[in-house]
Amino acid sequence: MSDDVLRIEGLHTDIAQYHILEGVDLSVPRGAVTMLLGRNGVGKTTTLRTIMGHWAAKSGSITYDGQDITAWPTPARARAGIGFVPEDMGIFTDLTVEENMVLAAASGPLDATRLETVFAAFPPLRTFWKSEAGNLSGGQKQMLSIARAMAEERKLYLIDEPTKGLAPAIVSTMAGALRELKRAGASILLVEQNFAVAKALGDHAAVMDDGRIVWTGAMAELAADAGLQERLMGLSMEVTG
Amino acid sequence: MTAAPDHAPTMTRLSAADRLAKAAPFLLVPVLILAGFLAIGTTSSWLTLTVSGLAMGMMIFVMASGLTLVFGLMDVINFGHGAFVSLGAFVGISVLLALPGWTAEPSLALNLAAVLLAIACAMVLTGLSGWAFERVIVRPVYGAHLKQILVTVGGLIVIEQLIHVIWGPDEIFLNRPETLQGAVTFAGAALEKYRILAVVFGLAIFLAMRLILRRTKIGLIVRAGVQNGQMVESLGYRLRLVFIGVFVAGSALAGLGGVMWGLYQEVITAGMGERMMILVFIVVIIGGLGSVEGAFIGALLVGLMQNYIAFLEPKLALISNIGLMTAILMWRPQGMMPVVKAK
Repeated sequence: MSDDVLRIEGLHTDIAQYHILEGVDLSVPRGAVTMLLGRNGVGKTTTLRTIMGHWAAKSGSITYDGQDITAWPTPARARAGIGFVPEDMGIFTDLTVEENMVLAAASGPLDATRLETVFAAFPPLRTFWKSEAGNLSGGQKQMLSIARAMAEERKLYLIDEPTKGLAPAIVSTMAGALRELKRAGASILLVEQNFAVAKALGDHAAVMDDGRIVWTGAMAELAADAGLQERLMGLSMEVTG
Repeated sequence: MTAAPDHAPTMTRLSAADRLAKAAPFLLVPVLILAGFLAIGTTSSWLTLTVSGLAMGMMIFVMASGLTLVFGLMDVINFGHGAFVSLGAFVGISVLLALPGWTAEPSLALNLAAVLLAIACAMVLTGLSGWAFERVIVRPVYGAHLKQILVTVGGLIVIEQLIHVIWGPDEIFLNRPETLQGAVTFAGAALEKYRILAVVFGLAIFLAMRLILRRTKIGLIVRAGVQNGQMVESLGYRLRLVFIGVFVAGSALAGLGGVMWGLYQEVITAGMGERMMILVFIVVIIGGLGSVEGAFIGALLVGLMQNYIAFLEPKLALISNIGLMTAILMWRPQGMMPVVKAK
Protein backbone atom coordinates (compact mmCIF):
# COMPACT_ATOMS: atom_id res chain seq x y z
CA MET A 1 0.00 0.00 0.00
CA SER A 2 1.23 3.45 -0.90
CA ASP A 3 2.34 5.68 1.95
CA ASP A 4 0.24 8.53 0.56
CA VAL A 5 -2.83 9.31 2.63
CA LEU A 6 -4.31 11.14 -0.35
CA ARG A 7 -3.74 10.67 -4.06
CA ILE A 8 -5.45 12.77 -6.70
CA GLU A 9 -5.23 11.84 -10.37
CA GLY A 10 -6.40 13.85 -13.38
CA LEU A 11 -8.90 15.87 -11.35
CA HIS A 12 -11.13 18.23 -13.33
CA THR A 13 -13.70 20.49 -11.66
CA ASP A 14 -16.11 22.95 -13.24
CA ILE A 15 -17.88 25.71 -11.34
CA ALA A 16 -20.82 26.92 -13.41
CA GLN A 17 -19.36 27.60 -16.87
CA TYR A 18 -15.81 27.91 -15.58
CA HIS A 19 -13.33 25.06 -15.92
CA ILE A 20 -11.31 25.59 -12.75
CA LEU A 21 -9.29 22.42 -12.23
CA GLU A 22 -7.75 21.08 -15.43
CA GLY A 23 -6.20 17.79 -14.48
CA VAL A 24 -4.73 18.05 -10.99
CA ASP A 25 -2.32 15.27 -9.99
CA LEU A 26 -1.27 15.44 -6.36
CA SER A 27 -0.09 13.15 -3.59
CA VAL A 28 -0.14 13.92 0.13
CA PRO A 29 2.32 11.71 2.06
CA ARG A 30 1.18 10.32 5.39
CA GLY A 31 2.38 12.14 8.49
CA ALA A 32 3.77 15.14 6.62
CA VAL A 33 2.76 18.69 5.81
CA THR A 34 2.24 19.31 2.12
CA MET A 35 2.00 22.93 1.09
CA LEU A 36 -0.29 23.79 -1.82
CA LEU A 37 1.06 27.02 -3.24
CA GLY A 38 0.38 29.29 -6.16
CA ARG A 39 -0.88 32.69 -7.17
CA ASN A 40 -4.44 33.80 -6.39
CA GLY A 41 -7.10 32.21 -8.56
CA VAL A 42 -5.13 29.17 -9.75
CA GLY A 43 -7.46 26.63 -8.12
CA LYS A 44 -6.03 25.92 -4.66
CA THR A 45 -9.28 26.46 -2.75
CA THR A 46 -11.24 24.60 -5.43
CA THR A 47 -8.85 21.66 -5.04
CA LEU A 48 -9.50 21.51 -1.29
CA ARG A 49 -13.25 21.89 -1.78
CA THR A 50 -13.31 19.17 -4.42
CA ILE A 51 -11.43 16.84 -2.08
CA MET A 52 -14.02 17.67 0.61
CA GLY A 53 -16.88 17.06 -1.82
CA HIS A 54 -18.24 20.61 -1.92
CA TRP A 55 -17.69 20.62 -5.66
CA ALA A 56 -18.25 17.46 -7.68
CA ALA A 57 -15.26 16.28 -9.69
CA LYS A 58 -16.07 16.30 -13.41
CA SER A 59 -13.48 13.61 -14.01
CA GLY A 60 -10.43 12.12 -12.36
CA SER A 61 -10.14 10.31 -9.07
CA ILE A 62 -9.54 11.03 -5.40
CA THR A 63 -8.12 8.16 -3.39
CA TYR A 64 -8.04 8.63 0.38
CA ASP A 65 -6.52 6.08 2.71
CA GLY A 66 -6.72 3.45 -0.02
CA GLN A 67 -10.38 4.08 -0.92
CA ASP A 68 -11.77 5.84 -3.97
CA ILE A 69 -13.86 8.63 -2.43
CA THR A 70 -14.51 10.57 -5.64
CA ALA A 71 -18.26 9.97 -5.49
CA TRP A 72 -18.65 10.08 -1.71
CA PRO A 73 -20.86 12.79 -0.18
CA THR A 74 -19.17 15.37 2.05
CA PRO A 75 -20.35 13.91 5.41
CA ALA A 76 -18.94 10.48 4.50
CA ARG A 77 -15.54 12.05 3.74
CA ALA A 78 -15.60 13.88 7.06
CA ARG A 79 -16.54 10.74 8.96
CA ALA A 80 -13.72 8.88 7.24
CA GLY A 81 -11.31 11.26 8.98
CA ILE A 82 -10.84 14.31 6.78
CA GLY A 83 -10.91 17.56 8.74
CA PHE A 84 -11.59 20.78 6.87
CA VAL A 85 -10.75 24.36 7.80
CA PRO A 86 -12.16 26.65 5.12
CA GLU A 87 -10.73 29.98 4.06
CA ASP A 88 -13.75 31.83 5.52
CA MET A 89 -13.35 29.78 8.74
CA GLY A 90 -16.96 28.54 8.64
CA ILE A 91 -17.60 29.50 12.25
CA PHE A 92 -21.19 29.23 13.47
CA THR A 93 -21.37 32.77 14.77
CA ASP A 94 -24.69 32.43 16.61
CA LEU A 95 -23.40 29.46 18.58
CA THR A 96 -21.04 29.69 21.54
CA VAL A 97 -17.43 28.52 21.37
CA GLU A 98 -18.48 25.50 23.41
CA GLU A 99 -21.35 24.68 21.06
CA ASN A 100 -19.05 24.98 18.04
CA MET A 101 -16.68 22.48 19.64
CA VAL A 102 -19.43 20.10 20.77
CA LEU A 103 -20.76 20.08 17.22
CA ALA A 104 -17.31 19.36 15.84
CA ALA A 105 -17.20 16.11 17.80
CA ALA A 106 -19.56 14.37 15.39
CA SER A 107 -18.98 10.80 16.53
CA GLY A 108 -19.68 11.31 20.24
CA PRO A 109 -19.07 13.52 23.25
CA LEU A 110 -16.14 15.93 23.20
CA ASP A 111 -13.06 14.19 24.58
CA ALA A 112 -11.71 15.97 27.68
CA THR A 113 -8.05 15.16 26.99
CA ARG A 114 -8.33 16.37 23.43
CA LEU A 115 -10.03 19.51 24.68
CA GLU A 116 -7.12 20.24 27.02
CA THR A 117 -4.77 19.93 24.04
CA VAL A 118 -6.92 22.46 22.20
CA PHE A 119 -6.89 24.85 25.17
CA ALA A 120 -3.12 24.51 25.44
CA ALA A 121 -2.74 25.48 21.79
CA PHE A 122 -5.37 28.20 21.87
CA PRO A 123 -5.81 29.63 25.42
CA PRO A 124 -8.36 32.30 24.41
CA LEU A 125 -10.87 29.56 23.60
CA ARG A 126 -10.97 28.61 27.28
CA THR A 127 -11.52 32.25 28.22
CA PHE A 128 -14.38 32.68 25.77
CA TRP A 129 -15.80 29.15 26.11
CA LYS A 130 -19.33 30.37 26.86
CA SER A 131 -19.25 33.39 24.54
CA GLU A 132 -20.95 33.65 21.18
CA ALA A 133 -18.41 32.84 18.47
CA GLY A 134 -19.60 35.83 16.47
CA ASN A 135 -18.14 38.12 19.12
CA LEU A 136 -14.60 36.71 18.80
CA SER A 137 -11.84 38.60 17.02
CA GLY A 138 -10.65 37.42 13.59
CA GLY A 139 -7.67 35.61 15.10
CA GLN A 140 -9.78 33.93 17.76
CA LYS A 141 -12.26 32.78 15.11
CA GLN A 142 -9.39 31.25 13.16
CA MET A 143 -8.23 29.51 16.34
CA LEU A 144 -11.72 28.12 16.81
CA SER A 145 -11.83 27.01 13.21
CA ILE A 146 -8.66 24.96 13.59
CA ALA A 147 -9.64 23.80 17.07
CA ARG A 148 -12.87 22.44 15.62
CA ALA A 149 -10.92 20.34 13.16
CA MET A 150 -8.87 19.06 16.11
CA ALA A 151 -11.95 18.05 18.12
CA GLU A 152 -11.71 14.51 16.79
CA GLU A 153 -8.89 12.38 15.51
CA ARG A 154 -8.34 13.00 11.79
CA LYS A 155 -6.10 11.28 9.34
CA LEU A 156 -5.95 14.26 7.03
CA TYR A 157 -6.42 17.97 7.56
CA LEU A 158 -7.31 20.27 4.67
CA ILE A 159 -6.52 23.80 5.82
CA ASP A 160 -7.09 26.85 3.66
CA GLU A 161 -5.03 29.96 4.42
CA PRO A 162 -5.14 29.83 8.24
CA THR A 163 -2.92 32.89 8.71
CA LYS A 164 -4.65 35.17 6.24
CA GLY A 165 -5.01 38.68 7.62
CA LEU A 166 -3.80 37.79 11.11
CA ALA A 167 -1.43 39.71 13.39
CA PRO A 168 2.09 38.24 13.72
CA ALA A 169 1.50 37.03 17.29
CA ILE A 170 -1.58 35.10 16.19
CA VAL A 171 0.24 33.74 13.12
CA SER A 172 2.85 32.38 15.51
CA THR A 173 0.11 30.72 17.59
CA MET A 174 -1.38 29.16 14.45
CA ALA A 175 1.99 27.91 13.27
CA GLY A 176 2.63 26.43 16.70
CA ALA A 177 -0.66 24.56 16.67
CA LEU A 178 -0.08 23.22 13.17
CA ARG A 179 3.45 22.15 14.13
CA GLU A 180 1.96 20.27 17.07
CA LEU A 181 -0.53 18.54 14.81
CA LYS A 182 2.33 17.53 12.55
CA ARG A 183 4.32 16.25 15.52
CA ALA A 184 1.32 14.17 16.56
CA GLY A 185 1.51 12.41 13.20
CA ALA A 186 -1.28 14.16 11.28
CA SER A 187 -1.14 14.53 7.53
CA ILE A 188 -1.86 18.08 6.42
CA LEU A 189 -2.59 19.64 3.05
CA LEU A 190 -2.13 23.33 3.68
CA VAL A 191 -2.86 26.26 1.41
CA GLU A 192 -0.77 29.18 2.60
CA GLN A 193 0.20 32.53 1.11
CA ASN A 194 2.60 33.43 3.91
CA PHE A 195 5.82 32.00 2.53
CA ALA A 196 7.63 32.22 5.86
CA VAL A 197 4.98 30.03 7.45
CA ALA A 198 5.04 27.69 4.46
CA LYS A 199 8.78 27.35 4.73
CA ALA A 200 8.66 26.74 8.47
CA LEU A 201 5.92 24.10 8.36
CA GLY A 202 6.10 22.41 4.99
CA ASP A 203 7.81 19.12 4.28
CA HIS A 204 6.64 18.94 0.70
CA ALA A 205 5.30 21.52 -1.71
CA ALA A 206 3.07 21.45 -4.74
CA VAL A 207 2.70 24.57 -6.85
CA MET A 208 -0.41 25.20 -8.91
CA ASP A 209 -0.92 27.30 -11.99
CA ASP A 210 -3.93 27.49 -14.29
CA GLY A 211 -5.73 24.64 -12.58
CA ARG A 212 -2.81 22.18 -12.67
CA ILE A 213 0.07 21.16 -10.45
CA VAL A 214 3.16 22.51 -12.20
CA TRP A 215 5.83 21.58 -9.69
CA THR A 216 6.23 19.20 -6.77
CA GLY A 217 9.19 18.61 -4.53
CA ALA A 218 10.63 19.28 -1.13
CA MET A 219 9.60 22.53 0.51
CA ALA A 220 13.20 23.16 1.46
CA GLU A 221 14.22 22.98 -2.18
CA LEU A 222 11.61 25.56 -3.19
CA ALA A 223 12.44 27.82 -0.25
CA ALA A 224 16.11 27.80 -1.14
CA ASP A 225 15.65 28.69 -4.79
CA ALA A 226 14.45 32.27 -5.34
CA GLY A 227 14.60 31.80 -9.11
CA LEU A 228 12.31 28.80 -8.91
CA GLN A 229 9.87 30.73 -6.73
CA GLU A 230 9.77 33.57 -9.19
CA ARG A 231 9.29 31.25 -12.14
CA LEU A 232 6.53 29.24 -10.47
CA MET A 233 4.65 31.82 -8.46
CA GLY A 234 5.85 35.21 -9.61
CA LEU A 235 7.56 35.54 -6.24
CA SER A 236 10.91 36.98 -5.57
CA MET A 237 11.15 37.25 -1.88
CA GLU A 238 13.56 37.24 0.94
CA VAL A 239 12.31 34.45 3.12
CA THR A 240 12.45 35.35 6.75
CA GLY A 241 11.30 33.77 9.94
CA MET B 1 3.15 21.49 23.22
CA THR B 2 4.28 24.74 21.74
CA ALA B 3 3.36 27.53 24.09
CA ALA B 4 1.14 30.20 22.68
CA PRO B 5 2.25 33.79 23.23
CA ASP B 6 1.13 35.10 26.60
CA HIS B 7 -1.86 37.30 26.37
CA ALA B 8 -4.96 37.79 28.45
CA PRO B 9 -7.81 38.53 26.10
CA THR B 10 -10.94 40.14 27.40
CA MET B 11 -14.36 40.55 25.85
CA THR B 12 -15.46 44.15 25.55
CA ARG B 13 -18.82 44.80 27.18
CA LEU B 14 -21.52 45.77 24.73
CA SER B 15 -22.59 49.39 24.94
CA ALA B 16 -26.06 50.17 26.29
CA ALA B 17 -27.21 51.01 22.76
CA ASP B 18 -25.95 47.68 21.41
CA ARG B 19 -27.62 45.77 24.23
CA LEU B 20 -30.87 47.63 23.63
CA ALA B 21 -30.66 46.89 19.90
CA LYS B 22 -30.23 43.19 20.67
CA ALA B 23 -33.14 43.12 23.10
CA ALA B 24 -35.39 45.39 21.04
CA PRO B 25 -37.39 42.61 19.32
CA PHE B 26 -38.24 41.11 22.71
CA LEU B 27 -39.44 44.51 23.94
CA LEU B 28 -41.78 45.04 21.02
CA VAL B 29 -44.48 42.72 22.38
CA PRO B 30 -44.84 44.47 25.78
CA VAL B 31 -44.57 47.85 24.05
CA LEU B 32 -47.40 46.89 21.67
CA ILE B 33 -49.51 45.60 24.57
CA LEU B 34 -48.93 48.87 26.43
CA ALA B 35 -49.74 50.91 23.33
CA GLY B 36 -52.91 48.85 22.93
CA PHE B 37 -53.89 49.63 26.51
CA LEU B 38 -53.38 53.35 26.00
CA ALA B 39 -55.30 53.34 22.71
CA ILE B 40 -58.23 51.18 23.86
CA GLY B 41 -58.75 52.83 27.20
CA THR B 42 -61.00 50.29 28.93
CA THR B 43 -59.22 47.54 30.83
CA SER B 44 -61.79 44.83 30.15
CA SER B 45 -61.79 45.32 26.37
CA TRP B 46 -58.01 45.55 26.32
CA LEU B 47 -57.65 42.35 28.34
CA THR B 48 -60.08 40.45 26.11
CA LEU B 49 -58.33 41.64 22.95
CA THR B 50 -54.87 40.94 24.37
CA VAL B 51 -55.70 37.34 25.26
CA SER B 52 -57.35 36.90 21.88
CA GLY B 53 -54.32 38.38 20.11
CA LEU B 54 -51.89 36.24 22.06
CA ALA B 55 -53.94 33.11 21.31
CA MET B 56 -54.05 33.95 17.63
CA GLY B 57 -50.32 34.68 17.67
CA MET B 58 -49.51 31.37 19.33
CA MET B 59 -51.46 29.45 16.69
CA ILE B 60 -49.77 31.33 13.86
CA PHE B 61 -46.41 30.64 15.50
CA VAL B 62 -47.12 26.91 15.59
CA MET B 63 -47.87 27.00 11.86
CA ALA B 64 -44.89 29.23 11.00
CA SER B 65 -42.12 27.63 13.08
CA GLY B 66 -41.60 24.66 10.76
CA LEU B 67 -41.65 26.84 7.66
CA THR B 68 -38.92 29.16 8.89
CA LEU B 69 -36.63 26.23 9.77
CA VAL B 70 -37.27 24.54 6.43
CA PHE B 71 -36.28 27.72 4.63
CA GLY B 72 -33.28 28.29 6.87
CA LEU B 73 -31.92 24.77 6.60
CA MET B 74 -32.24 24.04 2.91
CA ASP B 75 -33.22 27.32 1.31
CA VAL B 76 -36.56 25.78 0.32
CA ILE B 77 -39.57 28.05 -0.17
CA ASN B 78 -42.58 25.86 0.52
CA PHE B 79 -45.82 27.47 -0.60
CA GLY B 80 -47.54 24.15 0.04
CA HIS B 81 -47.14 24.49 3.82
CA GLY B 82 -50.74 25.71 4.12
CA ALA B 83 -52.01 22.39 2.80
CA PHE B 84 -50.83 20.71 6.01
CA VAL B 85 -52.76 23.28 8.06
CA SER B 86 -55.97 22.35 6.22
CA LEU B 87 -55.24 18.63 6.25
CA GLY B 88 -54.45 18.69 9.96
CA ALA B 89 -57.67 20.56 10.68
CA PHE B 90 -59.81 18.08 8.73
CA VAL B 91 -58.18 15.02 10.28
CA GLY B 92 -58.29 16.44 13.81
CA ILE B 93 -61.82 17.75 13.60
CA SER B 94 -62.98 14.45 12.06
CA VAL B 95 -61.57 12.65 15.08
CA LEU B 96 -63.40 15.06 17.40
CA LEU B 97 -66.65 14.65 15.48
CA ALA B 98 -66.26 10.89 15.75
CA LEU B 99 -66.03 11.15 19.53
CA PRO B 100 -69.27 12.90 20.51
CA GLY B 101 -69.36 10.98 23.78
CA TRP B 102 -66.01 12.47 24.78
CA THR B 103 -66.60 16.03 23.58
CA ALA B 104 -70.18 16.48 24.79
CA GLU B 105 -69.47 15.32 28.34
CA PRO B 106 -68.86 18.17 30.82
CA SER B 107 -65.59 16.51 31.83
CA LEU B 108 -62.37 18.47 31.36
CA ALA B 109 -60.26 15.28 31.37
CA LEU B 110 -62.41 13.60 28.72
CA ASN B 111 -62.57 16.76 26.60
CA LEU B 112 -58.81 17.29 26.75
CA ALA B 113 -58.23 13.61 25.95
CA ALA B 114 -60.39 14.02 22.84
CA VAL B 115 -58.50 17.14 21.77
CA LEU B 116 -55.11 15.51 22.39
CA LEU B 117 -56.14 12.43 20.43
CA ALA B 118 -57.32 14.64 17.58
CA ILE B 119 -54.02 16.52 17.65
CA ALA B 120 -52.00 13.28 17.70
CA CYS B 121 -53.89 11.87 14.70
CA ALA B 122 -53.56 15.14 12.80
CA MET B 123 -49.82 15.41 13.50
CA VAL B 124 -49.10 11.81 12.50
CA LEU B 125 -50.99 12.13 9.24
CA THR B 126 -49.61 15.55 8.31
CA GLY B 127 -46.12 14.40 9.30
CA LEU B 128 -46.40 11.40 6.97
CA SER B 129 -47.84 13.62 4.24
CA GLY B 130 -44.94 16.01 4.77
CA TRP B 131 -42.49 13.16 4.29
CA ALA B 132 -44.16 12.19 1.00
CA PHE B 133 -44.40 15.85 -0.07
CA GLU B 134 -40.67 16.35 0.48
CA ARG B 135 -39.76 13.19 -1.36
CA VAL B 136 -42.04 13.63 -4.36
CA ILE B 137 -42.43 17.39 -4.77
CA VAL B 138 -39.61 19.25 -3.02
CA ARG B 139 -36.59 16.99 -3.54
CA PRO B 140 -36.41 17.33 -7.33
CA VAL B 141 -36.28 21.13 -7.12
CA TYR B 142 -33.57 21.85 -4.55
CA GLY B 143 -31.72 25.05 -5.35
CA ALA B 144 -34.33 26.30 -7.83
CA HIS B 145 -36.56 28.86 -6.12
CA LEU B 146 -38.91 29.53 -9.04
CA LYS B 147 -39.54 25.82 -9.55
CA GLN B 148 -40.05 25.41 -5.79
CA ILE B 149 -42.75 28.07 -5.81
CA LEU B 150 -44.51 26.53 -8.81
CA VAL B 151 -44.45 22.90 -7.69
CA THR B 152 -45.29 23.58 -4.05
CA VAL B 153 -48.26 25.74 -5.09
CA GLY B 154 -49.24 22.80 -7.31
CA GLY B 155 -48.90 20.46 -4.33
CA LEU B 156 -51.10 22.81 -2.27
CA ILE B 157 -53.83 22.69 -4.93
CA VAL B 158 -53.66 18.89 -5.18
CA ILE B 159 -53.98 18.42 -1.41
CA GLU B 160 -56.85 20.92 -1.21
CA GLN B 161 -58.67 19.06 -3.96
CA LEU B 162 -58.05 15.76 -2.21
CA ILE B 163 -59.68 17.26 0.90
CA HIS B 164 -62.70 18.15 -1.26
CA VAL B 165 -62.80 14.59 -2.58
CA ILE B 166 -62.60 12.99 0.87
CA TRP B 167 -64.62 15.42 3.03
CA GLY B 168 -66.75 17.12 0.40
CA PRO B 169 -66.76 20.70 -0.85
CA ASP B 170 -68.68 22.28 2.04
CA GLU B 171 -67.26 23.93 5.10
CA ILE B 172 -67.64 21.96 8.30
CA PHE B 173 -68.97 23.66 11.41
CA LEU B 174 -68.17 22.32 14.85
CA ASN B 175 -68.61 23.02 18.51
CA ARG B 176 -65.72 23.02 20.88
CA PRO B 177 -65.71 20.32 23.55
CA GLU B 178 -68.12 21.13 26.34
CA THR B 179 -65.70 22.40 28.99
CA LEU B 180 -63.78 24.51 26.47
CA GLN B 181 -66.87 26.50 25.54
CA GLY B 182 -67.75 29.80 27.15
CA ALA B 183 -65.62 32.27 28.99
CA VAL B 184 -64.25 33.07 32.40
CA THR B 185 -64.52 36.55 33.83
CA PHE B 186 -61.37 38.23 35.06
CA ALA B 187 -61.05 41.90 36.02
CA GLY B 188 -64.36 42.55 34.33
CA ALA B 189 -63.20 41.01 31.06
CA ALA B 190 -64.70 37.94 29.44
CA LEU B 191 -61.83 35.64 28.49
CA GLU B 192 -62.73 32.67 26.30
CA LYS B 193 -61.53 29.45 27.90
CA TYR B 194 -60.27 28.06 24.61
CA ARG B 195 -58.16 31.13 23.93
CA ILE B 196 -56.50 30.80 27.34
CA LEU B 197 -55.82 27.15 26.58
CA ALA B 198 -54.38 28.09 23.17
CA VAL B 199 -52.01 30.59 24.81
CA VAL B 200 -50.81 28.01 27.32
CA PHE B 201 -50.47 25.32 24.66
CA GLY B 202 -48.65 27.59 22.21
CA LEU B 203 -46.28 28.78 24.91
CA ALA B 204 -45.54 25.18 25.91
CA ILE B 205 -44.73 24.30 22.31
CA PHE B 206 -42.44 27.31 21.95
CA LEU B 207 -40.60 26.44 25.16
CA ALA B 208 -40.28 22.79 24.10
CA MET B 209 -38.90 23.82 20.70
CA ARG B 210 -36.48 26.22 22.33
CA LEU B 211 -35.34 23.52 24.73
CA ILE B 212 -34.73 21.08 21.89
CA LEU B 213 -32.92 23.66 19.78
CA ARG B 214 -30.77 24.92 22.67
CA ARG B 215 -30.10 21.84 24.75
CA THR B 216 -29.82 18.87 22.38
CA LYS B 217 -27.27 17.85 19.78
CA ILE B 218 -29.91 17.64 17.08
CA GLY B 219 -31.00 21.16 17.99
CA LEU B 220 -27.39 22.28 17.70
CA ILE B 221 -27.13 20.69 14.25
CA VAL B 222 -30.33 22.42 13.13
CA ARG B 223 -29.18 25.83 14.42
CA ALA B 224 -25.77 25.43 12.84
CA GLY B 225 -27.30 24.08 9.63
CA VAL B 226 -29.48 27.13 9.27
CA GLN B 227 -26.32 29.28 9.42
CA ASN B 228 -23.93 27.25 7.29
CA GLY B 229 -25.16 23.90 6.02
CA GLN B 230 -22.03 23.11 4.04
CA MET B 231 -19.85 23.43 7.13
CA VAL B 232 -22.17 21.17 9.12
CA GLU B 233 -21.78 18.54 6.41
CA SER B 234 -18.00 19.07 6.49
CA LEU B 235 -18.11 18.08 10.16
CA GLY B 236 -19.71 14.76 9.22
CA TYR B 237 -23.44 15.32 9.64
CA ARG B 238 -25.88 14.24 6.95
CA LEU B 239 -27.87 17.44 6.73
CA ARG B 240 -30.30 15.95 4.19
CA LEU B 241 -31.61 13.57 6.85
CA VAL B 242 -31.87 16.40 9.36
CA PHE B 243 -33.77 18.44 6.82
CA ILE B 244 -36.23 15.63 6.15
CA GLY B 245 -36.80 15.36 9.90
CA VAL B 246 -37.40 19.11 10.17
CA PHE B 247 -39.71 19.07 7.16
CA VAL B 248 -41.77 16.25 8.69
CA ALA B 249 -41.83 17.99 12.09
CA GLY B 250 -42.75 21.30 10.44
CA SER B 251 -45.62 19.64 8.55
CA ALA B 252 -46.83 18.00 11.75
CA LEU B 253 -46.72 21.35 13.56
CA ALA B 254 -48.70 22.91 10.71
CA GLY B 255 -51.25 20.12 11.20
CA LEU B 256 -51.35 20.90 14.91
CA GLY B 257 -51.86 24.57 14.09
CA GLY B 258 -54.72 23.56 11.80
CA VAL B 259 -56.52 21.70 14.59
CA MET B 260 -56.02 24.63 16.97
CA TRP B 261 -57.20 27.13 14.36
CA GLY B 262 -60.22 25.00 13.50
CA LEU B 263 -61.25 24.88 17.15
CA TYR B 264 -60.65 28.63 17.41
CA GLN B 265 -62.82 29.50 14.40
CA GLU B 266 -65.30 26.64 14.90
CA VAL B 267 -65.40 26.11 11.15
CA ILE B 268 -62.97 24.48 8.74
CA THR B 269 -62.56 24.72 4.98
CA ALA B 270 -60.09 23.21 2.52
CA GLY B 271 -58.77 26.70 1.76
CA MET B 272 -58.16 27.72 5.38
CA GLY B 273 -54.46 26.86 5.28
CA GLU B 274 -53.93 28.76 2.06
CA ARG B 275 -55.53 31.85 3.60
CA MET B 276 -53.44 31.51 6.75
CA MET B 277 -50.26 31.44 4.70
CA ILE B 278 -50.40 35.19 4.20
CA LEU B 279 -50.04 35.73 7.95
CA VAL B 280 -47.56 32.86 8.24
CA PHE B 281 -45.29 34.35 5.59
CA ILE B 282 -45.52 37.78 7.22
CA VAL B 283 -44.44 36.20 10.50
CA VAL B 284 -41.53 34.31 8.91
CA ILE B 285 -40.34 37.45 7.11
CA ILE B 286 -40.58 39.88 10.01
CA GLY B 287 -39.16 37.34 12.45
CA GLY B 288 -36.07 36.83 10.29
CA LEU B 289 -35.55 33.78 8.10
CA GLY B 290 -34.57 30.67 10.03
CA SER B 291 -35.31 32.11 13.47
CA VAL B 292 -37.78 30.30 15.74
CA GLU B 293 -37.54 33.06 18.36
CA GLY B 294 -38.11 35.67 15.65
CA ALA B 295 -41.15 33.77 14.38
CA PHE B 296 -42.51 33.60 17.92
CA ILE B 297 -42.21 37.34 18.51
CA GLY B 298 -43.45 38.10 14.99
CA ALA B 299 -46.50 35.88 15.47
CA LEU B 300 -47.43 37.57 18.74
CA LEU B 301 -47.06 41.01 17.14
CA VAL B 302 -49.26 39.96 14.21
CA GLY B 303 -51.93 38.46 16.47
CA LEU B 304 -52.04 41.45 18.80
CA MET B 305 -51.95 44.01 16.01
CA GLN B 306 -54.79 42.33 14.15
CA ASN B 307 -57.01 42.25 17.23
CA TYR B 308 -56.27 45.77 18.44
CA ILE B 309 -56.73 47.37 15.02
CA ALA B 310 -59.90 45.37 14.31
CA PHE B 311 -61.35 46.87 17.50
CA LEU B 312 -60.05 50.41 17.06
CA GLU B 313 -60.45 50.84 13.31
CA PRO B 314 -62.05 47.79 11.65
CA LYS B 315 -61.47 49.10 8.14
CA LEU B 316 -57.72 49.10 8.72
CA ALA B 317 -57.58 45.55 10.10
CA LEU B 318 -56.90 44.00 6.72
CA ILE B 319 -53.82 46.08 6.07
CA SER B 320 -52.56 46.35 9.65
CA ASN B 321 -50.16 43.44 9.34
CA ILE B 322 -48.84 44.58 5.98
CA GLY B 323 -48.16 47.91 7.69
CA LEU B 324 -46.44 46.09 10.56
CA MET B 325 -44.27 44.16 8.10
CA THR B 326 -43.37 47.33 6.23
CA ALA B 327 -42.39 49.11 9.42
CA ILE B 328 -40.26 46.22 10.68
CA LEU B 329 -38.50 45.74 7.36
CA MET B 330 -37.72 49.45 7.20
CA TRP B 331 -36.18 49.11 10.66
CA ARG B 332 -34.46 45.76 10.06
CA PRO B 333 -34.46 44.79 6.38
CA GLN B 334 -33.58 41.15 7.13
CA GLY B 335 -36.24 40.77 9.80
CA MET B 336 -35.96 41.13 13.57
CA MET B 337 -33.67 38.21 14.34
CA PRO B 338 -32.35 36.79 11.06
CA VAL B 339 -30.32 33.61 11.31
CA VAL B 340 -30.02 33.10 7.59
CA LYS B 341 -28.31 36.08 6.06
CA ALA B 342 -29.35 37.19 2.58
CA LYS B 343 -28.94 34.25 0.21
